[in-house]
Amino acid sequence: MKKDLLGIGDLASEEIHLILDTAEAMREIGQRPIKKVPTLRGKTVVNLFYEPSTRTRTSFEIAEKRLSADTLNIAVASSSVLKGETLADTAMNIEAMAPDMIVVRHPSSGACHLLSRICRSRIINAGDGMHEHPTQALLDAFTIREHKKRIDGLKVVIVGDLLHSRVLRSNVLLLTRLGADVWICGPPTMVPPGMERFGVRVSMAVEDAVVGADVIMMLRIQQERMQGAFFPSLREYFNTFGMTAARVARAKPDVIIMHPGPMNRGVEIASDVADGPYSVILEQVANGVAVRMAVLYLLAGEPEGE
Amino acid sequence: MPVVMDADRMGRTLTRIAHEILERNRGIEELAFVGIRRRGVPIARRLAQTIREINDHQIPTGALDITLYRDDLMRHAVGPQPVVRRTEIPFSIDDRRILLVDDVLYTGRTIRAALDALIDFGRPKSIQLVVLVDRGHRELPIKADYVGKNLPTSPLQSVHVHITEIDGSDEVEIQES
Repeated sequence: MKKDLLGIGDLASEEIHLILDTAEAMREIGQRPIKKVPTLRGKTVVNLFYEPSTRTRTSFEIAEKRLSADTLNIAVASSSVLKGETLADTAMNIEAMAPDMIVVRHPSSGACHLLSRICRSRIINAGDGMHEHPTQALLDAFTIREHKKRIDGLKVVIVGDLLHSRVLRSNVLLLTRLGADVWICGPPTMVPPGMERFGVRVSMAVEDAVVGADVIMMLRIQQERMQGAFFPSLREYFNTFGMTAARVARAKPDVIIMHPGPMNRGVEIASDVADGPYSVILEQVANGVAVRMAVLYLLAGEPEGE
Repeated sequence: MPVVMDADRMGRTLTRIAHEILERNRGIEELAFVGIRRRGVPIARRLAQTIREINDHQIPTGALDITLYRDDLMRHAVGPQPVVRRTEIPFSIDDRRILLVDDVLYTGRTIRAALDALIDFGRPKSIQLVVLVDRGHRELPIKADYVGKNLPTSPLQSVHVHITEIDGSDEVEIQES
């Protein structure tokens, strides 16, 4: 492994498989009466979150605690960032207290790359702007592999707000690298130009895209990132792209439905689908802890090329 | 590379250990095997199989990976992290008499890690240690209860146990390094 986990783009296929295999072993720890191993004893991990997050931050924190790391959370709402401190200054001040790893979420794409250059601590990207969210893609791949026993050759359809989604970018990079047949589908205003170069198929019609799908992955409509009108109304979006039972019925009988959360019920996904038998949404959350434990463990070793 | 134990000898050694286990443990229903990954696991399975052939009782068998409990993990971090494998102990170890199984007993550090790991799963009534080879050079106060073969070695040598389930053959050999 390299020093930092900034994105799926930096990972070789063998490293992806190593993380997923390690996560298999980590998952068992969560089923024990004492859900803790001493592996990262004495290591300090800082969770630096510049954006609201419940799932990802909690997931990282549980993963860190299960590995016995000392953790502390810096939520920007209560930090000196509000007094005007820059990201680099905040990072260097945290660095001066000698943490071993910093888990970063930031609204600007590339924030983690900046920190990677100036920090000696390991940097783990927990979502940077519209760029990448590597641990989400890894836990998605883990969940798919668990259900389908493979990723190679599966038809994976990703539907929703493609433009603003870092989850999309990380998933496209990971799933195409492992040989999946990836389709992306969303309103024309939300399809980033040039996506075909990543080896995915682009569709504007969800009814066509989901035919024969092994996996349907929904993306959240990110109203907080939208500048301008991308579609006339949420109701119309749901009617055109929302995942309903009728649309799910066009996929394979053993299709699984995924969503990175938080869900907008009645916008991108109907409630009966979200809670239905095909939904693995809560498994994704459970698997997130195991995958993040794997990443923390593997990054704690000596980085390559030093 | 002198072979110090061949397949025939290994088979008879394991049979002898199985008899010793039965001889020393009354109340066989409390026993359970836990093999240390990797080669302790097939050895534990074989011992369980041998005991079943002797008295038709199936002793439950689990697999323990001690990687996350190693004392050298973060201390001399060079190169990639060791591979973590799955721990599978499909029974409660509470109030059981655990037979911890490994292939080679050397410094004792693996066993120390295994004891810590086991205690995280519950409170067994007792833990006994079974090893195929004891090569000496202990660094911790640990002693095996059942030993397949005592093998005097120098610290410069390495002992390799091959087990069919993993390596395709049964043998123990010493290598000079």
